[in-house]
Amino acid sequence: MIEAMLASACKVLTGATVEWHCDPNADVQRIYFGNHSSHLDFIAIWSALPARLRRRTRPVAGRDYWERTVLRRYLATEVFRAVLIDRGASSPEEALIAARASVEGMARAIGDRDSLIVFPEGTRSHDGVIGSFKSGLYHLSRARPDVELIPVHLENLNRILPKGESLPVPMLSKVTFGAPLRVFPVEQKDAFLARSRAALLTLDPGATCLAVARSA
Amino acid sequence: MSTLIGGVLVLLVVASVVGWILARVVTSTSGRATVDNINTRIRAWWVMALLFATAVSAGAVVSIALFTLISFLALREFVTLVPTKASDHRVLFWSFFIVTPIQYFLIWLQWYGMFSILIPVYISILLAIRTAFAGDTDRFLERTATNQWALMICVYFVSYVPALLMLRVPGYEGQAPKLMFFLVLVVQLSDVLQYIWGKTLGRHRLAPSISPNKTWEGLIGGIASATAIGALTWWATPFSPGAAALMALVVTIMGFAGGLIMSAIKRDRGVKDYGALIGGHGGVLDRIDSLCFAAPVFFHLTRYFYVP
Repeated sequence: MIEAMLASACKVLTGATVEWHCDPNADVQRIYFGNHSSHLDFIAIWSALPARLRRRTRPVAGRDYWERTVLRRYLATEVFRAVLIDRGASSPEEALIAARASVEGMARAIGDRDSLIVFPEGTRSHDGVIGSFKSGLYHLSRARPDVELIPVHLENLNRILPKGESLPVPMLSKVTFGAPLRVFPVEQKDAFLARSRAALLTLDPGATCLAVARSA
Repeated sequence: MSTLIGGVLVLLVVASVVGWILARVVTSTSGRATVDNINTRIRAWWVMALLFATAVSAGAVVSIALFTLISFLALREFVTLVPTKASDHRVLFWSFFIVTPIQYFLIWLQWYGMFSILIPVYISILLAIRTAFAGDTDRFLERTATNQWALMICVYFVSYVPALLMLRVPGYEGQAPKLMFFLVLVVQLSDVLQYIWGKTLGRHRLAPSISPNKTWEGLIGGIASATAIGALTWWATPFSPGAAALMALVVTIMGFAGGLIMSAIKRDRGVKDYGALIGGHGGVLDRIDSLCFAAPVFFHLTRYFYVP
């Protein structure tokens, strides 16, 4: 109920057009990885999914943010069933341990049924440019080679709710789900990260705004 | 009013029948695409006409609410299309959630003196001030002008349609909804008739660099026939038949110009349509482009000549 209302509200606010280059209803486990520029990003991907799959697709989110208030905690645990991870380690060693634990946590959390939404850049981009990917996506795909990786390009979300703003401007957005990819058995980390980032970039029409992309 | 609505219903039924026949007669591939597009458009016309007729019949509040929504959707399409920056975010938030509701609230209050200057004077100035305070001088003039124009076209001009309800023409008291119906009917029919004349007789391109489908035949035929229909609908207005014809002529020319201006903006941004909300037509802004530019002129002409 709350879930359906939130999804509808998000669709209305972001006026999202959704485009699929893979089967939207496929009964497989997936890791959706998107470009990150707005707090709305994961809700945008989550809302664009068919309702049946939405219920078993869990966003990966920072524990520090989502446990700060009662409402956020409720949404994260009860509605989105988020996989919360720890951030803000004090030393590089600690960060490495935390990162390993996060990846293991994610790989375990989805079991044999759920899917994940992740943002491999790690943090929101300021200007909408897609930054380099952190290694988490690689380790995650190594831990769960059975799961499909789906690049998801989000367009205009950074104009609807940019970093640092709390009130949205309801422009029209677009969510593009790309074709599935998997990690090759002998693929190196950097090669894989470059390839997955490239897969995301090919969904980006390279335009400053949505409509230009439609001009064909 | 019921005669006007009845007339539109008859037109729609005729259009649907013609569309149905065309779908059976036309077999060529390119012809089929055109006919399919025409039938999608006719279906959308049914929805739009029923929405508009219902709102106009339901009274001022519902009419104003409908046009508030139209402005909101148009502004959304416009702003999505133009290259705004993160430093415009607050200004855009104001445009959607403060300026648009206030403009229509003023129309509901029937406060002519404020409704007619809010956006061109106060908001234009405030917007520029707020943008300056954002401290980003990159393309400052372009951004300010764009945001001002977005409000002028999508909110200020569009709001002139329900603003017709505040005109007190002697001997025509309480009948202003018909004036609104007259304007929308003539402008939209002119668009449709220009399309039909252009498709059937169009040879000489009018503005190939802006809108390749517009032809002189379509323009002249469309404006002449829409003007004739306007003149024949004089009984619904406070105008004499001759004056109704003149009014119809002016608004159809304004409507044509509006369509051309909005096409030029689309060309500039490299797109074909503003959106995809209305089947076969494109976005809301694609449908109301002619109305935007006809409504203010129609309002002020009527006010100048008919309101003491």
